[in-house]
Amino acid sequence: MSDRAALVARFPAAFAPNWSARLQTIGVVGGAVGLYIFGLVTLDFDPSRIMRGFARLGDIFEMMLPPTPDSWSRGQLYFEALIQTLSIAFLGTFMAAILAVPLGFLAARNIVANWLLHILARRSLDTIRSVDTLIWALIWINVVGLGPFAGALAIMTADIAAFGKLMSEAIETADRKPVEGVAAAGGNRLEAIRFGIIPQVLPIFASQVLYFFESNTRSATIIGIVGAGGIGLYLSEEIRVLEWQRAAFLILMVLVTVAIIDQVSQRLRAAIMGNRGR
Amino acid sequence: MIHTIAIPPDAQMAPLMRGYAASVSARRRQMLLGAAITILAFLLACIGAEVDPDKFWANLGNFGGYFYRISKLDTGSFVWTDPVEWYWGLGRWLRLLGETLLMAYLGTATGFVGGFLACFLCSRNLVAHAWVRVAARRMLEFCRTVPDIVFALIFVIAFGLGPLPGVLAIAIHTTGALGKLFSEVVESIDMKPVEGVAASGGIWVEQIRFGVLPQVLSNFASYGILRFEVNVRGATVLGFVGAGGIGEELLLAIRKFFYSDVSAILLLVAICVMVIDLASEHIRHRLLTIEGGKP
Repeated sequence: MSDRAALVARFPAAFAPNWSARLQTIGVVGGAVGLYIFGLVTLDFDPSRIMRGFARLGDIFEMMLPPTPDSWSRGQLYFEALIQTLSIAFLGTFMAAILAVPLGFLAARNIVANWLLHILARRSLDTIRSVDTLIWALIWINVVGLGPFAGALAIMTADIAAFGKLMSEAIETADRKPVEGVAAAGGNRLEAIRFGIIPQVLPIFASQVLYFFESNTRSATIIGIVGAGGIGLYLSEEIRVLEWQRAAFLILMVLVTVAIIDQVSQRLRAAIMGNRGR
Repeated sequence: MIHTIAIPPDAQMAPLMRGYAASVSARRRQMLLGAAITILAFLLACIGAEVDPDKFWANLGNFGGYFYRISKLDTGSFVWTDPVEWYWGLGRWLRLLGETLLMAYLGTATGFVGGFLACFLCSRNLVAHAWVRVAARRMLEFCRTVPDIVFALIFVIAFGLGPLPGVLAIAIHTTGALGKLFSEVVESIDMKPVEGVAASGGIWVEQIRFGVLPQVLSNFASYGILRFEVNVRGATVLGFVGAGGIGEELLLAIRKFFYSDVSAILLLVAICVMVIDLASEHIRHRLLTIEGGKP
């Protein structure tokens, strides 16, 4: 310990507490905790209610076991709904991807140089993005009626903005050299885009689309809660009528499907991105 | 300047050309196969999702019409001509929006702490027991795969209506999502400071406090803020299942065709989400530059 004392005496600056940094940390943490307590008080969280709730949650969990659809025909019904969910996710993602291609070219700074148009496009895309998929589903239900088609359209609407942005970024960061090469070999502008830009952009975009398909599978499982098709309808119904075993079975189905889709899409993405290295 | 290109004799060229043609046609076959599978999947999905083009085209006008209707007041004039009438319930909506934000904050903060505690358990470089790691990972996977609104549906029955089930649902989902991201950050750290603390006699907790935390904290904060952004968006719809926030009001307005209310609330939500997006982007940029400044 005498070593330490000697060191402290020789290098006081290194051992002195850094008060300004410490105050900053205390301020940030204190603010966060204060806001947390303020929230707990404002939203009126009653500890006894929380404890009772957890006790009930335990009961519910017990009632969920074992998960079962109760009858073979109901299991088939659930399975059909699951297929419908996958269809909604696929269709929504696919349509959004196709519609986003022209949008992406429009929003790419090196293709459309007008800054006013650029900012307008960005802001309207942001507005679309800030509205949740479920809200879009409610709006589309007014247009095409209840059912899975409204769900697919909702997923499409919510995704177009994100896809357009990704696409434009991919185009903006694409390497210009292949384009110049095609031009130097006598290709026209269309050929320059076809052979110079598209081979660079396509794999990135395809892997992004697959990634969105994964996350949309998750969104599509809940979109039925507002009546836009898929397994969410059954899930919310069974929970509302307290058929816990069936609800647990549905949740299990969703978990397994999402896991499978994740695996498949991960493989595909690796394969697509691997092609670029060759 | 004239370049001459030496073209090899046909005997040498033929195998090269054949090889080129073979690889091109192989790629083309692959492309066609991929396209065929995609189109097939698309058609199957159209059947699965009960796509009805006729109905879609017939009703597409409704989509524009809907936005037209929500831009009209009951009196028939456009909403922006009479903002006071349009935002007749501003006080109430702002209170609900504030509740939504608080729900998102409480849920994110709770989930942040949960993910923070869990991430060290599932990091390969800090926990030697494989089964601890696997158990922690499976748990987190479960938490983030079940959508938060499903948790909310269940919690509404266990805890009753109100913001409490919503906050819990967000907290659980956030724990899963952040735990995974955090553990990826922790697995990519420099292990030398940790070894240094261990070599001077620090226990596991001290190793994490002085060896790991200084390296990962700014990344954690950045992910936490990003998650808050996502959760604000998610919290606006939790009210659909009775879990508090502005969603219930919005659902009511859409279902009961209170058109001008729909546009008023949607605009409020959109502005609020956008402001939070911008603020969080700003803060995250600053956090990342802090990290860059400290090598």
